[in-house]
Amino acid sequence: MHQMNFAAPKTIAGAVKLLAQNKGKSKVIAGGTDLLVQLRMGKINPKIIIDIKKIKETNQITIEKSGVRIGAAVSGAVVGESDYIKANWPGVVEALELIGSTQIQGRASLGGNLCNGSPAADSVPALIANGAMCRIAGPKGKRDVSAANFVKSPGETILKRDEMLTSLFLPSRPVKSSSAYLRLIPRTEMDIAVVGAAASLTLDKNNECLDAIICLGAVAPKATIVRAAKKILVGNKINNDSLAALTLACEDACDPINDTRGTVAYRTKVAGVLAKRAIEIAHRRILEKGNL
Amino acid sequence: MNKHHVSMNVNGDPVEILCETQQTLLDCLRDVLYLTGTKEGCSTGDCGACSVTLNGRLVCACLVLGVEANGCDIQTIEGIGRDESLHPLQKTFLEEAALQCGICTPGFIVAAKSLLDEKPDPSEEEIRYWLAGNLCRCTGYDKIIKAVIKAARIMREENEQRKNRRAK
Repeated sequence: MHQMNFAAPKTIAGAVKLLAQNKGKSKVIAGGTDLLVQLRMGKINPKIIIDIKKIKETNQITIEKSGVRIGAAVSGAVVGESDYIKANWPGVVEALELIGSTQIQGRASLGGNLCNGSPAADSVPALIANGAMCRIAGPKGKRDVSAANFVKSPGETILKRDEMLTSLFLPSRPVKSSSAYLRLIPRTEMDIAVVGAAASLTLDKNNECLDAIICLGAVAPKATIVRAAKKILVGNKINNDSLAALTLACEDACDPINDTRGTVAYRTKVAGVLAKRAIEIAHRRILEKGNL
Repeated sequence: MNKHHVSMNVNGDPVEILCETQQTLLDCLRDVLYLTGTKEGCSTGDCGACSVTLNGRLVCACLVLGVEANGCDIQTIEGIGRDESLHPLQKTFLEEAALQCGICTPGFIVAAKSLLDEKPDPSEEEIRYWLAGNLCRCTGYDKIIKAVIKAARIMREENEQRKNRRAK
């Protein structure tokens, strides 16, 4: 076995330089909760592990004029302690907090969850539903890519081998807007999603739907936006009729696998139910805000 | 093999070690520093037997590289009691028979302490969720939960007494 090196650069430029020098034989470590398992199982054998937690930008939360920027390595526990993020993007926080135990939350990050590229990643559908933008650094500088376009296929992202994810940007939400994330697992804690459903909803002054995004996890090779959901909901009230149509549209959008966690039929059925409930929760959250 | 120089503070003591990239913090604690109170269960972050705190946050030592802990403050089960007295959690685990084989116990105590340090009066539900990442295959958990509830009460009473003494 070759010798595995380790570096903890203090700047993004330093990390990018190391990525370029090692031509795809490097691995970036944020929380490491997936990476260390892959290392131990022998799935990966990088020449160098690049720790990005010593870099300021990847390790901080910054409130910007038009949203919040969360460093790619900020742990779930730190994000969950931000009342501001919880109030504005509740769906993202509840998805992130569903990942693993208290111990995992102390390390695991949004950036790592996204870069790992799992079809069942909990935070990814929530990031997509909330319009998150991924900031990527490379030798030519930075670029921003929508979270919806970040994962290509299971385990594959759009990152080039000399690029890294540095932060995620969540754009500010309109006042009458909220989000939610639900997932089904066979127990109450500590499992991988059979189905995950993220919803984001915006209402107009008459409480009719102005905008809606449903993104499903674990029912296709990557997180899937239900395009038909928007058409069904926009211009309508959130009621039994619109929710019934939404449920069917979400079932239609599913292309899941059969495995020990669930059959195709079960996953499809559950996706519709969770999506409907997630929209109902987002709807209730908006109305509760109105009562303040 | 090229080794990394790691300095950290373990249970209040500064330590300096050499480790390889692949060695986890758990390997460093057990095999380099001979602090074998922290146990190895699954090595994949599922069982919580290797729970320690890193800069005050509860983590699985098997999911942290030793070299990542450079400059960090680590607390392990060895730092919880004192030479002359057990920590209330250690006492109540014994009194409530909250252990059988004992492999999970250090992890449970470290995890429970990190909850009680932050939240002195948690509900039973909060305790169960906080400890969901710690697995015990012997007790069925009820005795562990009882022990944590009892320790929390004792710790609150001790804090109260300390406050009163200071007030006098």
